[in-house]
Amino acid sequence: MSTPSSTPPPVTGVPVNRETSEVATADNRGLQPLKVLAGVVGAAFTLWFMGNLFLAFAYYPQWFFNNKVVMAILALVVGVGGAALFFWFVNMAIEGLPRRLEHGLMPYAFLLPGFSLIGLMLLYPTIQTINFSFANRTSTAYMDPPWANYTYLFTNAGFWSAILNNVLWIVIVPAVTVALGVVIAVLADKLSAAGEKWSKSFIFLPMAISFVAASAIWQTTVYGYQPPGQPQTALLNAIRGAMGQEPLAWLSIDTGRLNSLLLMVILVWLQVGFAMVLLSSAIKGVPDDTLEAARIDGASELKIFFQVIIPQIKGTIVTVFITILILVMKVFDIIYVLTNGNNNTDVIANMFFREMFTNQQAGRATAIVVILLVAILPVLIYQVKLFREQEAVR
Amino acid sequence: MSRSRMKDGRYRSPLSMVVMFVLALLWFLPTFGLLVTSFQTRDSALKGGWWEALINPASRIWTFENYTKVFEQQDMGNAFLNGIAVAVPATIIPIMFAAFAAYAFTFMDFPFKDALFIIIVAVMVVPTQVAFQPLLNLLGPNGLGISGQYLAVWILHTGFGMPLCIYTLRNYMSSLPFSIVESARIDGCSNFQIFWKLIAPMSMPAIAAFATLQFLWVWNDLLIAKLFLSNSNTTVIVKVQQLLGTQGQGAELITAGAFISMVLPMIVFFTLQNFLVRGMTAGAVKG
Repeated sequence: MSTPSSTPPPVTGVPVNRETSEVATADNRGLQPLKVLAGVVGAAFTLWFMGNLFLAFAYYPQWFFNNKVVMAILALVVGVGGAALFFWFVNMAIEGLPRRLEHGLMPYAFLLPGFSLIGLMLLYPTIQTINFSFANRTSTAYMDPPWANYTYLFTNAGFWSAILNNVLWIVIVPAVTVALGVVIAVLADKLSAAGEKWSKSFIFLPMAISFVAASAIWQTTVYGYQPPGQPQTALLNAIRGAMGQEPLAWLSIDTGRLNSLLLMVILVWLQVGFAMVLLSSAIKGVPDDTLEAARIDGASELKIFFQVIIPQIKGTIVTVFITILILVMKVFDIIYVLTNGNNNTDVIANMFFREMFTNQQAGRATAIVVILLVAILPVLIYQVKLFREQEAVR
Repeated sequence: MSRSRMKDGRYRSPLSMVVMFVLALLWFLPTFGLLVTSFQTRDSALKGGWWEALINPASRIWTFENYTKVFEQQDMGNAFLNGIAVAVPATIIPIMFAAFAAYAFTFMDFPFKDALFIIIVAVMVVPTQVAFQPLLNLLGPNGLGISGQYLAVWILHTGFGMPLCIYTLRNYMSSLPFSIVESARIDGCSNFQIFWKLIAPMSMPAIAAFATLQFLWVWNDLLIAKLFLSNSNTTVIVKVQQLLGTQGQGAELITAGAFISMVLPMIVFFTLQNFLVRGMTAGAVKG
């Protein structure tokens, strides 16, 4: 590999060690046009075939008897098999190239499909969204002045109300979720093995539930409202009834943004399990001897918790906090489903959806996304910084 | 010592036993309340709280009617099928593409490697909302004309899941011994062979972990399904969302619909819980 250009001179009459000569040819291999051609043609054909078959699912469903199961199974087989075949052909084509080129190109060939998808689905749209945010409601012409969508948003009281709600969500939900997660993880650690497993399963379970179903659950069982005089079917109003008070439509009460707080409870309920699982594995990683040492020194359990355990799981706390923070910044489903932003519960992501879907205002919708993107930027930079520090330790 | 000990010698902690019991109950009861309500007729459910139905079951009328109705009137069977047809390919296909990229990031050296991986870390945080307007244009009637079909949603979830999948698999692969790849190279194996015969099988735990997470995300997603699927192709979650908009007559179907939407993810969740935990510990931040 070190000297690819030097070919060993053919020596006649001297017995050649077959193995070394083969290794040498493999190392100094030049261009193999047939292999390259076969690989390129094969890869191109695979892509062409996959593309057309997938488009046929959309354009000519009758070819597949309009059968959803057939299409899904075909898509799975062709998607996975085709991807494998594509990489096999690409690998073949590049192996046909001279050795030095092969080593240079192979990594990029392996990255290409993944990065093409990221480019098409995330990078290109990001740039286009920024572009569209200066354009009109159908993204066909620029506004005059170009920043008119932003002016509209910044002078709109509803926008600032949504921002305030987002800030409340950001301030409250990640902190409460992480705090609850830590407490539960610590308490669960003190239980017997079976008790720990069971109690954690119950708290972890909502992880599998969608935001929509969770909204249905809380609406039905906790926040629901029946007119006065009728029996109350949900918990909060039943408690009020038991105290002789009139029922309330909880999600309409914006005094102190109570309705937003009630919606936050649903997200906390969904996410505490996630926080608990990560924090629990971090707590189990805290070395026992540090705890023993603190106990011998006579520290109370509370002091051990704050001064021994917490500092050692700080990294995980930050990870969990950021993950939930990112989730909360984009929170949409719960608000859309339960209040649709009415009674001062609106948030940025719901406003985006309303402008785009209901009002057909693509310009304003994309401007909202750009603002969301700018808000997420510090988190993004922090993530990259954190990643670099981790890599440096590796 | 008056305090009793557990089998492993630790002291029992009555405080944590009580608190954890209460918390587990609190976390479980809302879901259970929904289940209890879903098996009652509308009039029966309106008689009072779901907890009263448990205390005095004879006072209520129990029925499967909500479930049969939600399948008959709301086309829930079709929606369930759609959900599977959307979620399974959208879970598996990204893994193929991402695994090769993760292999390159772990076992190959090339210029701009760090910069390219930082792009992956960065786009994991980017909200998917950035993609909607441009991709509605690209996939909609003025572009490819595939919006409304499964294909559009498969492509979207494949793209959106890609950064996390590459990140998770690369983290796992870098824990594999580098020497096996080196010795396979000396034996003359091509990179494709090394990937296919050695690295892919060894990465199965990480692949299963990502697949579990991605399945839950795709199945439970509302936004993409609502924007990119036509009504006949739409998923269970969108159906439940539409049901939630109904008031009065038909509102009793919400409970049954919501429960149907939870069944499959719950099964996946309980069978693959260990993988899920491992996947999350490997760093699950999704944009």
